[in-house]
Amino acid sequence: MSDGMTVLFALGVMAAAVGGAAVLTWFERRLLGVWQDRYGPNRLGPFGILQVAADMIKLLTKHDWVPPFADRVVFIFAPTAIVVAMLMGFAVIPFGPDLHIIDVNIGLLFFLGMTSLAVYSVLLGGLASNNKYALLGGLRSAAQMVSYEVFMGLSLMGVVMLSGSFSLQDIVAAQRDMWFCIPQFLGLFVFLIAGIAESHRLPFDLPEAEHELTAGFHTEYGGMKFAMFMLGEYLGLILISAMIVTLFFGGWLGPWLPPIVWFGIKTFFVICFFILLRAAIPRPRYDQLMSLGWKVMLPITLINLVATGAIALWMHDGGAMT
Amino acid sequence: MEVILFYISAFIALFTTVFALTRTNAAHALIYLIISLLAVAVIFFLLGAPFAAALEVVIYAGAIMVLFVFVIMMLNLGEAGVERERQRLNPKIWILPAILSGVLLIELLLVISKLEAPATGTLIGAKQVGLTLFGPYVLAVEIASMLLLAGLVGAYHVGRRFRLRATDDDATEAPLTTEISTEIQKEVSQ
Repeated sequence: MSDGMTVLFALGVMAAAVGGAAVLTWFERRLLGVWQDRYGPNRLGPFGILQVAADMIKLLTKHDWVPPFADRVVFIFAPTAIVVAMLMGFAVIPFGPDLHIIDVNIGLLFFLGMTSLAVYSVLLGGLASNNKYALLGGLRSAAQMVSYEVFMGLSLMGVVMLSGSFSLQDIVAAQRDMWFCIPQFLGLFVFLIAGIAESHRLPFDLPEAEHELTAGFHTEYGGMKFAMFMLGEYLGLILISAMIVTLFFGGWLGPWLPPIVWFGIKTFFVICFFILLRAAIPRPRYDQLMSLGWKVMLPITLINLVATGAIALWMHDGGAMT
Repeated sequence: MEVILFYISAFIALFTTVFALTRTNAAHALIYLIISLLAVAVIFFLLGAPFAAALEVVIYAGAIMVLFVFVIMMLNLGEAGVERERQRLNPKIWILPAILSGVLLIELLLVISKLEAPATGTLIGAKQVGLTLFGPYVLAVEIASMLLLAGLVGAYHVGRRFRLRATDDDATEAPLTTEISTEIQKEVSQ
């Protein structure tokens, strides 16, 4: 692709991601309604899809207020960080054989870096609000995300070992014979759970647990600034789903249909699975979440890492390494 | 193109580092430091070390600085902390550090003026870094791992459940962290 085309494509991906995140707010509520045997928002337009527009008008016209006791600059800066970091993450995702914004040899690390920068949004939002609930929410999110980042990164190293590259296009190409969800099922399991914790969605939304912290880190936020946090959360959901598809379910690989359609279908199913998890699993206690991470997830990841390394050495006689 | 990008990110790195040193609000200083680290990551990338750049973002900006912010949040200094910093950062204390860094700067300039060619921009990929780390530098990796293990054991020792009094049944199982957190709660409520 030429430079101009790449810029256009990047803008298109951004628009699609933001639009997708907006529609997802409605789609999630409808799907939850189906699974919980109720309707969900179904009044505005066909199937209630205009609910998205109604929500947007409501959020845009709300008074844009900064509490007088808050740290003003940081308070305004915090919600933008998560949106920027998540949108940057989309840059390395391969949508088709030659359809990507950038294909760097550190693509996977770039993704991990961007998700780890997204933590600051929650952290600084909680700190700048100067509110006890927000502070506790921010503290929880810091501990939760730093812990889960550890095995999020480690769980992907099995994929890197099998494909012999950090480049996401190479990783997809390495799955032609077998999707990595079969040899790397432990990695997939850990990455899935770490992904939910990292995008702090239900059931792991302890930073904003409304039954104990009112709304956690975004207690003081309203209007568009609150909408930015929500946008970042849904962008994170789409990004994590796209990464799971790329790393474990063969990315754009698939017969008959064009690659980007396969990518879209697979990502859609992973998003639905995330919403199903939200509908099905209750929220754990905070200490349960942390001990699950360090006492179950970390050992599983390390076993997976050692086993994958041993098998890769045995199968290829070090072929993938050198 | 790359030269312009290099100078822009170098300027941002210097600018934010100075601000990180001089801010009295600890949280603001940390944000400047994070931006400085990100700028350094861009410089690494431009110099042909993408793996180092990625690690700079993932580990320094993404993990270590998060823990720094975490500590700032736990302490929750607020206005009193800003005031104390302001008293500490009076102009006099800058004199000695300024002289020392001036000497270093002169040395650096001398070294650079002796250098014939600028550093060549060869690309060092993740694979080469790994092969070098676990090849000639494997001893350094092992020593670093031992250091980390010592840190881990130390953290376990500090955070373990310990017996306060044999008679007091409630207190026997109280972890040290609860005491710290109650103290923090007291401070927050004041």
